[in-house]
Order: sequence, then C-alpha cells, then structure tokens
Amino acid sequence: MKYSPGLLENLYRTMLTIRQAEESLVEPINNGTIRCPVHLYSGQEAIAAGFCANLNQKDYLFGNHRSHGHYLAKGGDLKKMIAEIYCKETGCAKGRGGSMHLISVENGVMGIVPIVAGTISLAVGAAMAAKVRKDKRVAVSFFGDGATGEGVLYESLNFASVYKLPVIFVCENNLYSTHMAIGKIRHKNHIADIAGPFGVKSFHCDGNNVLKVYEVSKKAVEHCRSGKGPVFIEFLTYRMRGHVGPDDNIQGTHTEIRPLKEVEKWKKRDPISNFSDYLIKKKVLTREKIKNIINQINNEVHDAHTFARESKRPPANEVLKYVFQ
Amino acid sequence: MSSNKGTRKLNYALAINEALAQKLESDPSVILIGQGVTSPWYVGNTCKDLVERFGEERVIDTPVSENATTGAAVGAAIAGMKAIVVHPRTDFAVYAFDPIINQAANWFYMSGGTSSVPVVFWLIVNGGGEQAAQHSQALHTVFAHVPGLKVIAPSTAYDVKGLLIGAINDPNPVVFIDNRSLYGASENVPEEMYEIPFGKGVVRRKGKDITLVSFSFLAQESVKAAEALALEGIDAEVIDIRTLKPLDEKIILDSVNKTGKIAIVDSAWKFCGFSAEIAALINEKTNLSNKSILRVNIPDAPAPASVSLEEGYYLNSDKIVKSVKSLF
Repeated sequence: MKYSPGLLENLYRTMLTIRQAEESLVEPINNGTIRCPVHLYSGQEAIAAGFCANLNQKDYLFGNHRSHGHYLAKGGDLKKMIAEIYCKETGCAKGRGGSMHLISVENGVMGIVPIVAGTISLAVGAAMAAKVRKDKRVAVSFFGDGATGEGVLYESLNFASVYKLPVIFVCENNLYSTHMAIGKIRHKNHIADIAGPFGVKSFHCDGNNVLKVYEVSKKAVEHCRSGKGPVFIEFLTYRMRGHVGPDDNIQGTHTEIRPLKEVEKWKKRDPISNFSDYLIKKKVLTREKIKNIINQINNEVHDAHTFARESKRPPANEVLKYVFQ
Repeated sequence: MSSNKGTRKLNYALAINEALAQKLESDPSVILIGQGVTSPWYVGNTCKDLVERFGEERVIDTPVSENATTGAAVGAAIAGMKAIVVHPRTDFAVYAFDPIINQAANWFYMSGGTSSVPVVFWLIVNGGGEQAAQHSQALHTVFAHVPGLKVIAPSTAYDVKGLLIGAINDPNPVVFIDNRSLYGASENVPEEMYEIPFGKGVVRRKGKDITLVSFSFLAQESVKAAEALALEGIDAEVIDIRTLKPLDEKIILDSVNKTGKIAIVDSAWKFCGFSAEIAALINEKTNLSNKSILRVNIPDAPAPASVSLEEGYYLNSDKIVKSVKSLF
C-alpha cells in the first residue's frame, strides 16, 4: 500500500501526541494533583491513530476506561481533555466525568465509560441510527480483552449481524484484564475467533504496527460503510503502564504482575520509536524534523497542563446541575 | 378533562398504539425497538400495524437480548434518534440495568450537559395469573431511586397517550411503567397529539375524610375502593399521581392538609419503597401524626404462583377498603 508523506506524518504526530499526553500525567498522578482514576494508553497508540485515520469527523466513536488515545485520535481537544482529567470546569465534561468520561460530540466522540463492555451496545445503537438515516456513518466501540467476558458483547455481535449494522467492534488485546493475565481469564487467546459463529467478518492484527493497523482498519471501515455489515478486529498489543495509574503496584497490592522479561520484549516493539525509525529510514522525516515535532507537541502538552491547573473546579453549589436537561 | 371535539372512545392499549403511530408518523427520528413489537402475544394491541406502516428499520423486533437491545436504544438516542425500547415483562429489563442505570440515567450528568439521551424504557407489568416471581414484579421504586431517570405510570387511556407522547418528546430518559391489566379500559381520547406535563397529579375523586394516593392500575382500584368506602360513610379523596418522578408534592400535601389522613397504595414492596418516600414527605412537610399515615403495599415476598397465595399477595379494591377502615 502506498502512503502519502502527509498521512505518515499525521499518524506519527497523533501517536506522539497521545504518548506525550499520557506520560505528562504520570507526575501529577504521583504527586496527587490529579486524583481521578487514570488508565494510561501508553504502548497502544498505534491502534487509536491507525484506526481513527480511517474515520470521518461525523463517524461515531465510543470508548472505555482507557480511552485518552481514542479521544485525541478522533480530534478531541487536548486542553479540554487534560482539564477534564484535572476535573476542572473547563474540561470536555465540565469536571463531571474525569478521565473515564471524555466526550467530544462535535468530533463524533459520543461517549467513553469505564463499565467494561458498556459502550459496545451503544455503538450498535448509533450504527442503527446511521442505518435508519442512511447517512453512511459508521460506529466503533473500542474495548479490551477483559470485555470478552461480558455477555453483552455476544448479544451485540448477534444483533449487529442480524441487522447488518455498520458497526466495528475493536478489541485491543493488551494481554491483561486489570491484574489477570489473559491465559487466566480465557480458554483461548485468539479473540478474533469469537466473531465467526455470528457471521461477523473479523481480522486479527499486530496492534503495535501503525501501518498494519491502518490497512486492516481501512478494510473494516470500507466493508462497514458499503453496507456489508459489522466487523470485528482484534489488535494484539501491550500496555506499558499499569491497569490504573502509572504502575501495576499503584494501589500497593499488585506488585510485579507482569514478568520483567515480557515487559522488556514489548518495549522493543514500541509502536512510536519503531515508526520513527521507519520514517527516517524511508526518508519521510529527518531526525531534525522529528525533534521539532517532539518539541512542538511537548509545548502543546505543557500548555494544556497550565490551562488545566489554572482552571477552576466546578462550584459546589452546582452539584445538581445536569441531572436532567 | 378531554374536549368533546375530535375525541372517541379508545382503550388503553390502543391509546398507546395511537401515541406511537402519531410520533412515528410525525418525527422521522422516532424508532421503536424491543422483543415482540410485531407480536400481539407480547404487547397486545399496543404495536398494532406499526411495522406495516413504518417498516422494519424503525420498528425493530429483536432477538432475546435485553441488555444489547436496550443499549442499542440508548446508543441510537445518543446518536440523535428518539428511541422507545419495550420490555413486555418488566422482569426481563433487569438484564438491561446497565444501559438504563449506568448509562442513560448518568449520561447527561457525566458528560457535563453536552449529551442527552432521549429514550423511553417501556416496561410492562403483568401481575397475577399464577405467573410467579419472574413474570410479575413491580420495580418502579428501583428506577425512581436513580437520579437522571423520570418515571411515569399512567392509569387511563387519556393519560397514557398524553404522557407517552410527552415521554417521547422529553430529552431525558423516561421509564414508562405500564400494566397489562389496564389495556381494556376505555374512555374518550382526543384524536390529535397532546402532551400531559410530568409532575402533575390529578384528583380522581374528591373527598374530605382521607386521601388515597396511588398510580397506574391501583389508582383505578383506589377509585373503586373510595366508592365502597362512601357506602360506609368514609369520604375518600383519590389522587392519581400519574408520574412518580417528578412527583407532584403539592397535590398530595394540599389534599392531606384538608383530610388529615393518608393511605398510600403502592403495588410494590413496603421496605424502602415508594410508599415510604411519600410517608417521609408527609412527615417532613405536614403536621400529620404518624398514626394517620397508612402504607398499603404487597407483602415483602416474591410473587407466588398458586392462586391461593396470589390472593394474599396482590392488592385490589377490597383490600384497600379493609386497610383504610383500620384508620377509622
């Protein structure tokens, strides 16, 4: 597949923005400035970037507890995200949602929730809306390997298949469901196989290679948008941080869940450093250009933190605001 | 209540049908989804001719997957549709607590007011008939407990049309508690579309000795009970609150301040129940003595099968009469 230099640079920028934003949260989490539960996406950036590059602004995206990357890749505003993670009034959910409830309706980020598998059926419904209106939108729900334990996933696969709905089920298999290694929670670790019995087209793909992600996602979105029904994709990946917070032992109990050797192995498969090596090798970007991009993004992230820290929290007397419209 | 112009007798089930048909007709964003929407065995006449008139894309009969189909209704609403999802037996909606309670109820709040969920959760109660514990539960209290959900429970054909249209037009999630035993009840219903505002109860019978507060099927039974009590010299005022949330506190308090006694007639369990909420309201906002507050509920037990046990379980006008007389 041929790529324009512009697309390649954008994929790199998106991944890097996600990574720098995620890593910028570590210090304020550790020093207590950020208090809400934060599930870092570091290590999985290629999936959000590669997949969302195939979506239109109006396509519907639903996420999960680990969705900063999806929000940013779909066009969500960085400042509003960081401010929301600080639970400030200037955040994308006005400090009512925090890290686990990012939203950007104008960019199609329709909802992000931490109830495991909680948005899968919502994406099916958004796809149903698109089908009724014949507006050619597609809907996606991102979820993790842990969500494969929830019954609603299978109900949704069947429902979407029966009605040929334009919905893409994206499973990011990062090999851990909170503290449980996948071998302990599933009989079989080839998740993409669950789609076949429902007549849903499926792909299994390396989730740490942004170009492979892009290509598979392109096929999936085209299939869906042309009215051929739902698609299931399993992206194999690895989270470089803990389930919640920077480390696995953030809560003081889950120490050394993951074998050090395993972590080291996956560090070598880092989606961003591998992609920047590729871009230099292919002469798409120079080392200097990459340095400039890194500086630019670091400045944006820094500004977002300043904006968030200087913003006010919502006033206590507004606790009843937004219960009903 | 209803004007004579353009009205005719219509039963409760067909009043629902007319509300659904008129909304589907007038608003292309309205969809109806749920198990049995094409089958009278599930939903009586409430969905008569809808699939024929509006097509399978907007009137969607579903596999037995309450969680996913309710979630799909919520997702469609988030994506700009006005969705109605029906559970022909309330009990099966328990499978859908996640989309109802975790998602829809919280959605507007947790998005900081940026995204609302115009969805109607239509739950049909089917008490009696030796159907036992999983075909008969009245769960209105559970939903009324949750911030972000409105709960309506109309008792007449006129009310159900106006409240259901109001529910579909409401930008918030609304739980519509329905009772199959009301389906045959007829009255004059306007042909045109109309809305009944939420949070407005209605006095079904004026009286001066005691206030009976109820809703849905038991509002009708309370009227019957009041007629029987009148024969024994007790003049009961009957209030049908119509919507549990928002609640018309004023109509209850005004009546109680006049009569000095209240019987709260509730089709669900007593413990932590809706009748407890109304009793607390009376305690907080009137000077009534606790001895003048009566809670009439079903026993704190699962619904039985055998009709002999059902007789000791479900409420009816006779039981309301008997309970009320204990206050005199």
